Amino acid sequence: MKRGLIQTSLRTSLIMLAFVLLATTLLALTYDRTHDLISKSEAEEKLSLINQVFPPGMSDNDLIHDTVEIPPSELLGNSKPVTAYRARFHGKPVAVMIEATAPDGYAGRITLLIGILASGEISGVRVISQNETPGLGDYIEIAKSDWIKGFDHASLGSVTDAAWHVRKDGGQFDYMTGATITPRAVVKAVHKALLYFSANKAMLFAQGKEK
Amino acid sequence: MNEYIEIAKNGLWKQNTGVVQLLGMCPLLAVSSSVVNGVSLGLATLLVMALSNLAVSLIRNLVPGEIRIPVFILIIASLVTIIQLVMKAYLHSLYLVLGIFVPLIVTNCIVLARTEAFASKQKTLPSVFDGFMMGMGLTLVLALLGGMREIFGKGTLFSGIDLVFGDSAKSFVITVFPHYHGFLLAILPPGAFIGLGLLIALKNRLDARAARAQIPAPSLQSA
Repeated sequence: MKRGLIQTSLRTSLIMLAFVLLATTLLALTYDRTHDLISKSEAEEKLSLINQVFPPGMSDNDLIHDTVEIPPSELLGNSKPVTAYRARFHGKPVAVMIEATAPDGYAGRITLLIGILASGEISGVRVISQNETPGLGDYIEIAKSDWIKGFDHASLGSVTDAAWHVRKDGGQFDYMTGATITPRAVVKAVHKALLYFSANKAMLFAQGKEK
Repeated sequence: MNEYIEIAKNGLWKQNTGVVQLLGMCPLLAVSSSVVNGVSLGLATLLVMALSNLAVSLIRNLVPGEIRIPVFILIIASLVTIIQLVMKAYLHSLYLVLGIFVPLIVTNCIVLARTEAFASKQKTLPSVFDGFMMGMGLTLVLALLGGMREIFGKGTLFSGIDLVFGDSAKSFVITVFPHYHGFLLAILPPGAFIGLGLLIALKNRLDARAARAQIPAPSLQSA
């Protein structure tokens, strides 16, 4: 009787093991076959987002791999290190693409990708992720409206500190009636990102981390 | 042959996953905000169900009863991961839209329910057909619900189809109501519940009508 029990358990666990091995093999094979394609798609996706905030053709380096890790900063609103991408032309800094987080959106964080030219001028801003109310606060998405393009060419020099607000608060940026919290958060985040840029420009373009 | 007709009827109508069994509500309600999203997740689930039923039915005599559930889950989880990887590789932008709901197919109890209730006891071919039809039933509900929510919520149909077929498919998007400002409720989760409720009510009404049409003759005589 006891032997029978042991035999049954052994048989059962061997069968289970066989299935686990089979499943693992299949998964490993699939992973192997799709891995390159997936990382290619991911890189393309990253590049297409970067190209929206920084027009292609102005740089000659490998943007995706010329990166710098930015430690947590109050101005960027990141609690974990984020990656910034650098654009160079003949080795000279052209622009940097920084991720910034607006912590005070209507429904939580709004993550932005901000392209800043070496001159301190914004080349473009796009929303990476947001949970704002669909149809109300989501006009910050380029797919819904051109609002986000209002930041193009703005800089600390061209827009005074007092003007870095939505019109309702006495600033120069548009907003849509009924949804002011969202644009207010975005304007603030972009402004702070520019402040961060002007304070850390040397670090952002520092050579050496290029892989 | 009758057997297959019965399986098809069960999957599409009598035991429909979406409006009768009400299994797998989480993806049903979360992803059905547009036709393209709904159908895409429906088809992914269909594929998982057909393949897992196939695999389970093939091995049904090899697996001792004690470990059948872990083995079934192992099979389903592997299949879902494979589909997830393939989707990520070939339909990347669609994968980004469906996001977490693709891996969550594993937790959709309808998949395990069909392998346990049907495939573990039936021959291979009927099992595959059952998985296919159950998935089809779910896909249809997702398509209907997605269509309703998209028309009322956004005033369009097939928006986002370019995520599946590439940018050239952008022209397939149908604008039902031009200059429509959107109806938020339909897009948000409550819209999904209301829409599903309406679909269930419609199905029950149709069933009741069919039942009435069959019964009257004898009941008149007895009266």
